[in-house]
Amino acid sequence: MTNYVLVTILLSGLVTWLSRVVPFAIIKNLTVPKWLIDFLSFVPVAIMTAIFVESLLVYHAGQWPGFNLENIYASIPAILAGVLTKSLLAVVITGVIAMALLRLVGWG
Amino acid sequence: MDASLTFKSGFKDVIPTLFGYIGVGLAMGIVANTSHLSVLAVLLMSLIVYAGSAQFIIISMLLAGSPISAIVLSTFLINSRMILMSMSIAQYFKKDSLWQNLALGSLLTDETFALSMNKINQTDHQLRPRWLHAANIIAYLVWAAATVVGCLLGHLIADPNQFGLDFAVVGMFIGLLYLQIITDRSKTLKTQLLVVLFVAIAMYFLMRFFPGNIALLIATLLGCGFGMAVTAHD
Repeated sequence: MTNYVLVTILLSGLVTWLSRVVPFAIIKNLTVPKWLIDFLSFVPVAIMTAIFVESLLVYHAGQWPGFNLENIYASIPAILAGVLTKSLLAVVITGVIAMALLRLVGWG
Repeated sequence: MDASLTFKSGFKDVIPTLFGYIGVGLAMGIVANTSHLSVLAVLLMSLIVYAGSAQFIIISMLLAGSPISAIVLSTFLINSRMILMSMSIAQYFKKDSLWQNLALGSLLTDETFALSMNKINQTDHQLRPRWLHAANIIAYLVWAAATVVGCLLGHLIADPNQFGLDFAVVGMFIGLLYLQIITDRSKTLKTQLLVVLFVAIAMYFLMRFFPGNIALLIATLLGCGFGMAVTAHD
């Protein structure tokens, strides 16, 4: 492993770690104002939606995003499994099997 | 998932998410292998950086010989959403020691954050360090192991995606988002669905101008503001 790789890993690790722990240290010593709590209470639903939607889109610099069709197709049975079972494991397994089948039949 | 916040229940609750870590971790190890990164480099990256999408970017930028400063800046931008997640979850650990807080924050991921937000809907908005430590540590070890195995087996498996494992992480967020919407009693279903719709549309428009990870951060901030406005209006 070259120094170039090692230094990159160490510095990338440092900025990531700071993003993770500095908010903990700040919130720990701060009386969080009501508006900020209200704002942050929407982080879970907003960020999970954003992560999911990002996986359905394909970024093309300077153009409208495309659609990741195989992820969109595989999401349909996964969502149905969620509605029917309310089980995280069932959603994951259904999605993976659906994706494997899509690729097997060449729709991916 | 039940209301129990023991170390053991943390272990049990994190299991469904492990498929995501294994699928993406194997793929990452394989990509690293084909990019001529050593097993040691992959292990160190998984243990020190510990962030899926950032690690993919780092590997591709290392391969392209990008300047270290550019790689570190990209990593920061991709992971800047961690700031929002940490700030959001830290409220539940204010009474715990600073060391506990730093340890919990050090291993927080998208997945264990989302899992925690599902958990609080079962526990009357309580979290305990031991529960999150269990989830975090298992996820951390499984991720590191999966990336190393992927790197070792790199030349054997030509196309890991053939088995659909890369979809595990998307499936997991579908499950976590759905459970979040139906179990979060602190907000009306209508409010939650409006936020989902708003963020989804915002993502499409934002990805006209920004790569996915940056769009994700902006859409989340806008979505939180939108959520507050909708609640105030009701």
